Amino acid sequence: MTEELAQTPSTAPARGPRKLIFETGSPESRCFEAPALDVPAGSLDDMLGGAGRTRAPRLPHVSETEIARHYTHLASMNFGVDSGSYPLGSCTMKYNPRLNEDACRLEGFAGMHPYQPPATAQGALELMVGLARTLGEISGLRAVTLQPAAGAHGELTALMVFRAYHVANGDARKRVVIPDAAHGTNPATVAMCGYEVTTIASDANGGVDLDALRAALDTDVAALMLTNPNTLGLFDPNIVEVCAAVHEVGALAYCDGANLNAIMGVTRPGDMGFDAMHINLHKTFATPHGGGGPGAGPVCVTEALAPFLPGPLPVREATGAFAWMTPEHSIGRVKAFAGNFGVLVRAYAYVLALGGDGLKAASEQAVLSANYLKEKLKGAYDLPYDRTCMHEFVLSGARQRKANGVRTLDIAKRLLDHGIHPPTIYFPLIVDEAIMIEPTETDSLEDLDRFAAAMLAIAREAAADPELMHGAPYTTPVRRLDEARAVKQPDLRWRPTQ
Amino acid sequence: MRFTSISCEQREAMLRTVGCADMDALFDSVPAAVRLSRPLDVPDGLTEFEADSRLRALARANAPATSLVSFAGAGCYDHHIPSIVDHVLRKPEFFTAYTPYQPEVSQGTLQNIYEFQTMICELTGMDVANASMYDGATALTEAALMAARVTKRHTVVVSAAVHPEWRQVLRTYADASVLEVREVASAGGVTDGAALAAALDDSVAAVLIASPNFFGALEDLGAIAEAAHAAGALFVVAANPVLLGVLEPPSAFGADIVVGEGQMLGNAMSFGGPGLGFFGAREAHLRQMPGRIVGRTVDVDGSMAFVLTMQTREQHIRREKATSNICSNHALNALAATVYLSALGVAGLESVGRSCVAKAHYLRAALLSTGRFASPWESAFANEFALSFDGDAVALRDALVERGFLAGVPVRELDPCAPAGLMLFAATEKRTKAEMDALADEVTSL
Repeated sequence: MTEELAQTPSTAPARGPRKLIFETGSPESRCFEAPALDVPAGSLDDMLGGAGRTRAPRLPHVSETEIARHYTHLASMNFGVDSGSYPLGSCTMKYNPRLNEDACRLEGFAGMHPYQPPATAQGALELMVGLARTLGEISGLRAVTLQPAAGAHGELTALMVFRAYHVANGDARKRVVIPDAAHGTNPATVAMCGYEVTTIASDANGGVDLDALRAALDTDVAALMLTNPNTLGLFDPNIVEVCAAVHEVGALAYCDGANLNAIMGVTRPGDMGFDAMHINLHKTFATPHGGGGPGAGPVCVTEALAPFLPGPLPVREATGAFAWMTPEHSIGRVKAFAGNFGVLVRAYAYVLALGGDGLKAASEQAVLSANYLKEKLKGAYDLPYDRTCMHEFVLSGARQRKANGVRTLDIAKRLLDHGIHPPTIYFPLIVDEAIMIEPTETDSLEDLDRFAAAMLAIAREAAADPELMHGAPYTTPVRRLDEARAVKQPDLRWRPTQ
Repeated sequence: MRFTSISCEQREAMLRTVGCADMDALFDSVPAAVRLSRPLDVPDGLTEFEADSRLRALARANAPATSLVSFAGAGCYDHHIPSIVDHVLRKPEFFTAYTPYQPEVSQGTLQNIYEFQTMICELTGMDVANASMYDGATALTEAALMAARVTKRHTVVVSAAVHPEWRQVLRTYADASVLEVREVASAGGVTDGAALAAALDDSVAAVLIASPNFFGALEDLGAIAEAAHAAGALFVVAANPVLLGVLEPPSAFGADIVVGEGQMLGNAMSFGGPGLGFFGAREAHLRQMPGRIVGRTVDVDGSMAFVLTMQTREQHIRREKATSNICSNHALNALAATVYLSALGVAGLESVGRSCVAKAHYLRAALLSTGRFASPWESAFANEFALSFDGDAVALRDALVERGFLAGVPVRELDPCAPAGLMLFAATEKRTKAEMDALADEVTSL
C-alpha cells in the first residue's frame, strides 16, 4: 500500500543555501543590550595589566529577528529523527522524548555549579547514583563511572583502566586484539593508549574466529575489544568461549556497547564474561545526538577493576547522604567536573519512563523490526550473513554495482529523495558495498513499510535507470557536493574579503 | 511510558513475517547460559506525569548556584544567556540530527559549524579551528598530543597555574601513552619564569599555559612564548572565550594552539557539563589537528555548500593512525556558542567582558575591606581572583551558603596542597553592586 507513495519521491520545495550569519544584518543591527554598569568602570587596560584587546574580533551584527530567521532557515536544511526514518546502523537513532529535554533544563539541574558543596547537590548526586546503579544492572557490571563524554571517550577510559590494572599486577602488556569488523574508534583508542593493534579476521558466520583468536592470544595481549552484538548485527554464539579464551592468557575482555539496544534485559555483557563496557547514552538511552554531540559514554566494570575507575564517583554513604568518592587506585580524571550531567539527566528520565520491562520491550521490538526489514529486503539486495539478526543488519549493494554500475552511495543518496535518512554505508569494512540498517523500536510499522518500499523501488530503479541514480539526490536543499574541492582548496572559515 | 507505536496485533504479524514463534525465538543465538532468566531489577516505568514529578523532586533537592548569589567560577561561569539561544537549541532539526555524514540533508549543522569555526578563529586570532571537543580539559590534552606529533617530541611542560582538573586529565592521558608531563610551579599567582626556563630543553614538545589561569591571574604570555619557541616547543594557551572581547588574543603573543572551555558562551552550567572544548591552530598544523573540521565547497549545481573535510586525519578512515579517537564532539553546545556570539556581537561581548572585569575588581576591594582577607599576590586579573581568608575557606563557603551565597571555590577542595584559606571568587555581569556589598557585609558579620 505504501509502495505507490514510495515511488513518488517528495517534491516539497527544498530551501536552498542561506548566506552566512556574518553577511546578514547591518552594523546597526543589535540583539543584546548591556545593563548600565553599577560599579566604577575603571581603566580596562590598566586592570588587565596592559593586555587589553587592540583589534576587535569580527562577529555578526544581527537583530534577534535576523538570528531567529537565520537558524530557522538552517534548521530547515537539516534532517533529524523528527523529520523521518533515520535507520542509521550502529547509531540507534531512536526518538528523543521531550520530557527529557524539559528535565535537564529545570533550574535545579541546569543552574548547578560543579563546585557546589555536596549538601546543596543531593538531588543531582542521587540522580547520578540511580543512573549508575541502573547501568550496572543492565550491563551486569556493577562498578560504573559516568565521567566519559562520548563512546570513544568511554572506550579510552576502559582501556586506561585495563592498563592500570595490568601495571598494578606488574604485568606490562603490549597488544590489543580487535576483529576486522570493529568500529574505527577501537583501533584509534588502542593507539592513544600506547598499545599495538592486532587485527583478526571474522569467521564465515560473521563472528569471532575462535582459532584466529587463540592464535593471536598470548601473555603480551592486554585485551580483546569486541562489539557484541557485532557490527554485522549478529550476536556471537561463542561469546562465552571467546571471553574465556581471553581470560586464559590473563587478558581482559572489553565490550563496545554501541549495540546495547539489542539486548537490554535479555542478556548482559557482564554475564558473558566481559570485564568492561561503555554505554552510549545518546544511542541506547534516547538522549539526542545533537548533530554530533554532546553524548555521554559511561563505563561499567567488574568489581576487580572498580578501584581503577576515574574519580570522583557519586556514592551513597552509610548515613544515606550522597557524596563524592575517589577510588583507591583511580587512573585519575578523564574530564573536568562531573561528566556531561545534562545528558545524564535525560538518560535517567528515559529509564524512569520505561522501567525494567519497558527497556526489555524496547530491545525486543528493535530486534523484531530489524528482522522484519531484513525479510522484506533480502530478495532485492544481497544479504551476506543470512541469520536472525539483532537490532541491525547489513545488506550489500554488490548486486546493483555489478549489474547496473549503481553503487551503495547512489542508493543512499536516492533514499534522500524519498524523505528517508540513508543507513550507514561502507561499514563494516568486511562487507562489500555495505548498507547497515538499524530501524530502532520507535519507528512505526508504517515507517518500516515505507522504508522497505523505498528500498525496493530504488532496487528497481537501479536496474531501469542507473543514470538517474548517479545524479541523486534531486530534492534536497543542496545536491551532491564537490568534496575533492573542499580538500584541495580548504575554505574552513569566513573572511570579510570573500 | 513507552515510545513505540507497534500494536500487539502488528507484532504478531511481524513475527510471522520473520518466521519466529515468539519474541524469545529472535534471541536463539544468545546461549542459554547467558540469557537473563529474571526481570531487570529496575523499577517499573512511570507515566510522563509521574516521571516529571520524580525529576522535579530531585531538582528541588538541590540548591542550584543560580538560586543563590554565586561568585563561584573556577572554569564554569554563570553568565546571562539570551532567550534566543535555547529556542534555537530546541529546534528538533538540530538536536535530533546525527553527525552530518550526509551533507545534502545536514547543511544546517554544517553551516553552523563553519560559522562556529570562524568565530573561534576571530576570538583567538588563530587561522583554523575545529568543530569542538568535549571540554577545555580534553582540548588542552589533545593540544599536548598534537604538539607531540608536530614536533616529534614527547615531553610537555604544564604550568601549575593551569586548572588542577585539567592537569589531572592531561596526566591520565599521559600515563597511558608515551607523553611525559613536567609541571612548573607558580609564584605570585602566575607561572614561575625561572622554573619554566629550567624545565625547557630540546625534548619539550609544548608549553601549556592558561591565561587567565586557574587563580584568575593574567600570565606574561609574550615572555613565555619566547621561552617556549627558543626551545623549539609549541606554545599552547588556554583562554576564556567570553573575555576575548576585551583581552588581546593569544595569537598576538605567539600562541601556536589556543584551546579552552566554551561553556560560558551560551551554555548552562549544568553541574559542569555538557559545555564544549574549542581548539584553534595555525594553518601549517592543520593536518595534525584532532576532531571534525567543516569546509565550504559547492554542490553539482554550483550552490554554496558545506561538508566535513580533511577526514583522512580521522579514526573512521585512518583507524590506529588517526590524530585522535574522537568521534562525537559537542556540536549542540557549539551551536549555543554561535547563537550566543551572534546575539552579543562585538559590542555586547566587549560590554560583558568590561562588566565582568569591573565587577571582579569591585568585589575584590569590597572583600579586602572586610579585614578578613589578605591578598596573596598582586598579579593583574580579569573576572576572577584569589584571596586568603583568615580562617578555613570551606567553613566560610558553607556558612555563607546558609545566608544565600555561593561565595566562591575553596582552592584546597581542588588542590590538596593549597593553603586552607585560599579561595577563588569570580564575578560575571549578572552580579550587582548590591549583591557584592551584601556579601562583604555578611563576611564582616560572621
